[in-house]
Amino acid sequence: MDASLVLIQFLNGMQLGVLLFLLASGLTLTFGIMDFVNLAHGSLYMVGAFFCASLTFWTGSFVWGLLLAIPCTALVGFAVELAVIRHLYARDHLDHVLATFGLILCFDTLTQLIWGPEGISVPLPAWLDGQVTLLPGIVFPTFRLVIILGGLVVAGGLYWLVNHTKLGMLIRAGASNRTMVGALGIDIQTLFTAVFALGAVLAGLAGMLIAPITEASIGMGNEIIITAFVVIIVGGIGSMKGAFIAALLIGLIDTMGRSFLDDLFKLVMSTEAAETSAPAVSAMLIYILMAIILAIRPQGLFPPKVR
Amino acid sequence: MADLSATGPARGAMKLSPANWFMVACLVALAAVPVAIYAAGNAFWLDIATRLVVLSMAAVSLNLILGFGGMVSFGHAAYLGIGAYCVGIPTYHALFGEFELIATNSGIFHVILAVVLSALFALITGAICLRTKGVYFIMITMAFGQMIFYLFVSLEKYGADDGLVITSRSEFPGINMDNPLAFYFLCYCSLLAVLYLVHRIVNSRFGMVIQGAKGNEDRMRSLGYSTYIYRLAAFVIAGAICGYAGALLGNFTSFISPEMMDWAASGELMFMVILGGSSAVFGPVIGAALFLLLEQLLSAFTVHWHLPFGIMLILTVLFVKGGVSGLLNRLGRSNG
Repeated sequence: MDASLVLIQFLNGMQLGVLLFLLASGLTLTFGIMDFVNLAHGSLYMVGAFFCASLTFWTGSFVWGLLLAIPCTALVGFAVELAVIRHLYARDHLDHVLATFGLILCFDTLTQLIWGPEGISVPLPAWLDGQVTLLPGIVFPTFRLVIILGGLVVAGGLYWLVNHTKLGMLIRAGASNRTMVGALGIDIQTLFTAVFALGAVLAGLAGMLIAPITEASIGMGNEIIITAFVVIIVGGIGSMKGAFIAALLIGLIDTMGRSFLDDLFKLVMSTEAAETSAPAVSAMLIYILMAIILAIRPQGLFPPKVR
Repeated sequence: MADLSATGPARGAMKLSPANWFMVACLVALAAVPVAIYAAGNAFWLDIATRLVVLSMAAVSLNLILGFGGMVSFGHAAYLGIGAYCVGIPTYHALFGEFELIATNSGIFHVILAVVLSALFALITGAICLRTKGVYFIMITMAFGQMIFYLFVSLEKYGADDGLVITSRSEFPGINMDNPLAFYFLCYCSLLAVLYLVHRIVNSRFGMVIQGAKGNEDRMRSLGYSTYIYRLAAFVIAGAICGYAGALLGNFTSFISPEMMDWAASGELMFMVILGGSSAVFGPVIGAALFLLLEQLLSAFTVHWHLPFGIMLILTVLFVKGGVSGLLNRLGRSNG
């Protein structure tokens, strides 16, 4: 385990962390304000990736593809809110879970019907496709660095949006007392739709950013969405700050665990035992972390003050 | 005849409500029809019926905590998986050696292992999950379910995500498990036993506390009940029953993979409960039957059957309150 490998894995962990934050922020917004559990959030991540792939081929440029995919994803989010989600706010969480589970099935099949069962890989322009030398002897893919920086910029933008704008003020007010905001003459339905579309865009953006690295594929959202759930549980559901810190924490722990756990285990047990048990433990690492944190703080690290 | 669908104190023992007549008819049909079709030379529907009976057991156990206890567990398929691997792993070692301690084909051992390990997993995760409420509970049970899923995905020795073939079924004294009819009746009798057990639990003092805690936890607590312990006990019982169902499912499919405990599988179990109606012990059996029927019909119609299925799921949530048995109850009430 040498220092340069640790640094590179640290950056990989950061990259996973900011993607998780993009997903978790939308989840935590919709939950904080509408008290709504959206399992289909991962589907919007997938839809974003597929839009980005198609539009990249259509325009011939990844950057244009990404910029055009953002309004498309917002439109999908808007349509879903209008058709299904809107009718569920007054229901209990069980209904939310079942209906959005149905949405996932619909999204996965529709995506397969439109784009085919194969994954689509997204080509990067040359200036993003290379590697940069961070320190002498340490090179890191440019695009992954762009993801980290882009994610941090979006996180900063969200912080500004929530804390220093009119919309943000409504969002915070809605999170602490929906009924009162409605009584003060704010069109709460429009606010809900706007917040849902915002969450859709954030999830879609995460999908667009990961598409060039993995590829856009059916069901890609269903794996990462569980990790995003772990993030908001650990961070405290409804808390933006909690989502940010927990996302980076989970991203780092997951990545570092997968790369270095066997080395750690080899210090205390035989090589063979370490090589069998390390993959199993690293696969469960974030869930174990979640269990420990919940055992100590059942509401997560940063529970929102008013709920 | 016991009144299996009553949620409150048992009503008159001999007077069967329409819903109960329906239940008895269903159970008789379940015993007779697949067997008759099998005797006529078509093995396919006996296969479906076996799956139905096994999944019904899992759904009934989920309903104990979901419908009666108000604990929306989204990780229930994990117990199916644990149960199935409790058959798969010992038979694997019985064939290929190593771990002599568990290497056996004995069905009794498999079942005990499945029930004990499922109960243990339910105890550990339940102790953590039940400290939380509402949406936290949904997500945490889901996350723990995925944890078990990823654990088995990472176990290369047992096939990882390619799955594990169970080469020989569990051996029970006096039952030939390779005979489809004998196996079906083992599952069918198990379902009857599970239905009776859950019915007794729901109508016991214990069950009343669980249902009371669903309605108003603070009130139950001020009455002096430690609701946490009661809920945990219900959670463990449900897990153990589902683990048993898992052991049967592993025997039935003869091929197990982590996919059977994916969160989509948990979602399907929940759908069975909701579709059938969560306020009756028997409801999930109807739900499971409708689910399997839908799956057969829709997948015969198109390979993309998940689309109409998903739409129906959404429509069920939006428009059908209380599931099919709720509908039946309402019909029964308006008629009489």
